[in-house]
Amino acid sequence: MVTKLSLDALEKKANDIREDIIRMLEEAGSGHSAGPLGLADIVTALYFNVMDYDPKNPDWPERDIFLMSNGHCVPVQYAAMAHAGFFDRKELMTLRKYGSRLQGHPERTKLSGLENTSGPLGCGLSQACGMALAMRMDHVERKRWIYVVMGDGEQDEGNVWEAAMLAGKYKLSNIIAITDRNNIQIDGPTEEIMPLEDLKAKWEAFGWHVIEIDGNNIESVIDACSMAKAIENKPVMLIAHTVPGKGVEFMEYDFTWHGKPPNREEAKKALHELRTLGGKIRGEHE
Amino acid sequence: MNNMHLLTDITATDIVQEPIRKGFGRGLKTIGDANEAVVAACADLTDSTQMSLFKEAHPERFIEIGVAEQNLVTVGSGLAAMGKIPFVSSYAAFMPGRCWEQIRTTICLNDRPVKLVGSHAGVSVGPDGATHQMLEDIALMRVLPNMVVLAPGDSLEAEKATVAMAADRRPNYIRLAREATPVFTTAETPFEIGKAYVYTPGEDITIIATGTMTYQAMVAAEKLYKDGVDAEVIHCPTIKPLDAETILHSVRRTKRVITVEEGQAAGGLGGAVAELLADKFPARMHRIGMQDRFGESGNPNELLEKFGLTAKHIQLAVHAMLEESK
Repeated sequence: MVTKLSLDALEKKANDIREDIIRMLEEAGSGHSAGPLGLADIVTALYFNVMDYDPKNPDWPERDIFLMSNGHCVPVQYAAMAHAGFFDRKELMTLRKYGSRLQGHPERTKLSGLENTSGPLGCGLSQACGMALAMRMDHVERKRWIYVVMGDGEQDEGNVWEAAMLAGKYKLSNIIAITDRNNIQIDGPTEEIMPLEDLKAKWEAFGWHVIEIDGNNIESVIDACSMAKAIENKPVMLIAHTVPGKGVEFMEYDFTWHGKPPNREEAKKALHELRTLGGKIRGEHE
Repeated sequence: MNNMHLLTDITATDIVQEPIRKGFGRGLKTIGDANEAVVAACADLTDSTQMSLFKEAHPERFIEIGVAEQNLVTVGSGLAAMGKIPFVSSYAAFMPGRCWEQIRTTICLNDRPVKLVGSHAGVSVGPDGATHQMLEDIALMRVLPNMVVLAPGDSLEAEKATVAMAADRRPNYIRLAREATPVFTTAETPFEIGKAYVYTPGEDITIIATGTMTYQAMVAAEKLYKDGVDAEVIHCPTIKPLDAETILHSVRRTKRVITVEEGQAAGGLGGAVAELLADKFPARMHRIGMQDRFGESGNPNELLEKFGLTAKHIQLAVHAMLEESK
């Protein structure tokens, strides 16, 4: 089992994970920057406080399940997994390279500890529904939790709403879905490309309990997950408002960083910002 | 009875006719009774696809997905992830027709042993017309790494295939038909995933057939025998992995091949056999099936006649090929 970290330690962990994301992407020379940085606080909260699992025994039958439905954000998951002890942090630098277990988009059969293969959008929630229905048949429904991280642009996919309807019908209350509401997708702002609002009302209309949170506030993520577990007759959607590129000022809110990595110069600048918390402190390694 | 334990008189007027999908329904019930890990999900076609037998016996292991085939197969992936053996069914036109990418990513690449059941395949669906007559399912499923593709020849074989699928650790697709067709195999007729069977031994030409067309090929072989032609009929219920050994053993002797299927000849069984022979033993070949076109409304026999999918058409094709080499 992994040790649950205190709030201070979690904030430091999220920052370390962001630094690793920048290094990984720079080394890989391709990949997505904004999403993984924006999700770092949510993924840190889940891996280092909320979820029960054992990195030394990834198939532990009582573990909670983490599904990254928006597979392009997997660098943040890889970084969290390395910090949690699933594999050595050095391996992070193999991201997207020939022979690596860290494929550009997550492949379950390549890396122990991944629960799904994803990248093509809109499938994670359906897989979660299948898992939750199996857990109900096995009478472990209130003992294991399924966390599904989804993009907001991903919700253009019809498959998402098919799953939303099914989870509502069967009241799959051990699913805790988290929408990374960062308002960007590849072609531009979500509300221009394909408006999602009123997103909260949509999920509620499908039979979900919806909680809106600040997805870059670790404490609010943890609190919302506790609240979600108390809801016994509905699946729960956390609409997590996040800042895309969070922690690196020149990437924040800029949709052009959705699908590209930093070059050496940009990475250096980004790492400096992360180490000094945007110039507020002096970096340890500066 | 021959060594394949087929009915002796397959053209008897009183031969039992039953839809292939009925055999699936019985097989699923049988394996569901025996194995608690077997679960079933359907997209609003529970009676049509014959999942109702299982549903009645094991309602707690049945999931109604509604008209949502993308969700159907992806929920299947999640069920398999938790150790279940999920059978998911719809009409073949919709599953795999509607949800190929979900099958590719969450089942094949993700290596989850979901059992896909596509009913109402082929033009013999009849009056519903081209939208519902799935002809491309074999081609769509055959190109996916890890996927096993099955098309049983009658309801008894479908029953055996269903039981075998539950024990297979790979993703599987099974193709079923709507209309009643002759039951010409018996309980003793062998079935194993990955095997093709010589139903009628012969020396002059090899006819390789799958699904509903094997019976037509068998009838054609009887007619051809009376015409003085010794045709070998190979029944190929597993299109992938293809039983190369059985096929090559036959074609090396006969040097001539005709494939028969109730679907697009391009990419289907015909495509699979053509690829095999191009690689290993180029031979004169003719593919009977749908020739790059869609079906239409009509009764099944009218349509099979129109599209050249009867014993008579097979018989004529064999004569034409033998004529060429005279």
